[in-house]
Amino acid sequence: MPYAGRLTLYFFLTPVLLWLFLLIVIPHIDLFVISMQVENDDGDMVWSLLNYQAFFEEKIYWMTFVRTALYAILTTLLTFIITFPVAFYITKVLSIKYSGFFTILLLVPFWVSELVRIYGWMILLRESGVFNHFLLQLGLIDVPIEMLYNDISMVMGLVYTSMLFMVVPLISSLEGLDDSLIEAAYDLGASKPVIFAKIVIPYILPGITSGSIVVFMLTLGNYLTPNLMGGKNSLWFTEQIYNEFIASFNWNQGAAFGFLLLVLSTFIIWLGLKLTRQNLSRALS
Amino acid sequence: MKMTGIITAAALAVTSVSVSAETLKLLTWKGYAPKALVEKFEKQTGIDVEVTYSNNEEMIAKLRATRGSGFDLAQPSQDRISSVQAKYNIYQPMDYSKIKTDQIIASMLTAVKNNTNVKGKSYAAPFCYGTSGLVVNTKAAPDAKDYDALMDTNYKGRISYRLKRPTLIAMAFAKGDDPFAKYSDVDAYTELMEGVGEDLIASKHLVKNYWANGDALLELMRNGEVNVAMAWDNGGWKLHEQNPDIDFVAPTSGALGWIDTFAIPAKAKNVEGAYKWINFMLEPENAAYFTNQEKYGTASNGANEFLEPKIKANFERSFSKADIDNIKWYPPVPAKLESIEGKILDKVKAAN
Repeated sequence: MPYAGRLTLYFFLTPVLLWLFLLIVIPHIDLFVISMQVENDDGDMVWSLLNYQAFFEEKIYWMTFVRTALYAILTTLLTFIITFPVAFYITKVLSIKYSGFFTILLLVPFWVSELVRIYGWMILLRESGVFNHFLLQLGLIDVPIEMLYNDISMVMGLVYTSMLFMVVPLISSLEGLDDSLIEAAYDLGASKPVIFAKIVIPYILPGITSGSIVVFMLTLGNYLTPNLMGGKNSLWFTEQIYNEFIASFNWNQGAAFGFLLLVLSTFIIWLGLKLTRQNLSRALS
Repeated sequence: MKMTGIITAAALAVTSVSVSAETLKLLTWKGYAPKALVEKFEKQTGIDVEVTYSNNEEMIAKLRATRGSGFDLAQPSQDRISSVQAKYNIYQPMDYSKIKTDQIIASMLTAVKNNTNVKGKSYAAPFCYGTSGLVVNTKAAPDAKDYDALMDTNYKGRISYRLKRPTLIAMAFAKGDDPFAKYSDVDAYTELMEGVGEDLIASKHLVKNYWANGDALLELMRNGEVNVAMAWDNGGWKLHEQNPDIDFVAPTSGALGWIDTFAIPAKAKNVEGAYKWINFMLEPENAAYFTNQEKYGTASNGANEFLEPKIKANFERSFSKADIDNIKWYPPVPAKLESIEGKILDKVKAAN
């Protein structure tokens, strides 16, 4: 029996270990090795920290990262603010009969790819697009306004793209919240804001944390949305990595950026967990 | 590393078993493999053609990542071959005896051979050519004659260009400088391009967007959202068919001339098929079909008689004799310039 048990353990462990090792550990080691090399004047590869130094010395590089990170945090916040009422309504206000249906409705837009959704938004927002057409017809504006290619449309696109990843953990943790807790608080005379702050939020904090981590990481690593909807001002850090690899042929610099993205985003999440006194394992359970 | 080798080998074995018919994997630009020609080729030879659309930078990056395998034929521009080949060795020398060279315009073949020469061997054959210049809605922007129209406050919000190296080079020409003459002098070139970058940043508020997808740009121009753009001549001519106000304008400081080629990746599996495709595409009739359809000039000798009259009309409308003499043909790009330009382009994109 112990032998068979161990066999099952290995049987299920092997794919996981292979996955981790082949698809995550090895490429990262390779990436790290590339990032630690630069080409000297003779065209030979030599070990150096210059790629990392360049990130901190060139204002444009770290400014792009800061910008990307700040927008990712903003997107995470907005996503929470928008999806919390939705999740609350579905789990606590709607009768159970309909909540499943409404959850499915939330999922429907995600059955098509991100690219298609973004192009859909572009058709709505562009100067000769649907919104402008109706505004003109209603006489609210005289000349069409360009609603694309600015930071607001970009953040909107990012929030839209990440809503699902926030709403699902929120719904599942709100489902675990016993209604009688809220009723008891009412009986004891608590006001709505107090119930929200003292009962609901602390209870679903793990859900918020896991949702936020996913949304933050997805936004930080997004490439399509900033590029297509943000237009001319939207240099995203991922695009900078792409540019180093593709346009400049500088794989070493690109690899260093990739590694920095990994390290810095991990640091931001660690900081966020510390500040909110959260525990990663609890958030992900 | 060994482990990954085994796994890739296994994966390759699986794919090669499942694909029994002969295939040709083509890495090319959008529009370079029209559907009708692909079908005709498949019928003639029995070879399945798999087309992947790309651009110069991505072609190089893809082939570099696989050390020249994964594709049987690529179509980079002639100026982007020699330095890349010298450094990464991703192509194999072209065997010109396998190409029906009498199908190719002789002067163009010689030029491409010279420009793609690395250590005595040449790596490409010409396929088509064209120019970059201005595509202008002449009604809305009658005075757009040179690249500086892309920084003209009169066209605020109606301007679009690609944030790629041709834009930097065009702007340098518009300043009266000659970037090609400075190709060999890295410091002078950097200084020139940094100046161009500053100009682009200063005039950034005038730009509607930096286009990346040719079809999307044509759509913007069709709707009147963009009136002045830097783009390829064929795009302007395609729009001219639908709206006579829009046309390609050869800029006074010179349209930028490029030649796109055929080059065979170092580890191509179906080399014979690649040569068959090259000869097929340069057959006068097929080449003329491509040009009639896509409006790019062809390197095929004898395709002229199959061309529709409007193709010739397009060219004559946009290019005077002086304009043709003034076309700036791209010389081979030396190594290192790309990373200089890349940083400047990043700065332009990040600027507010």
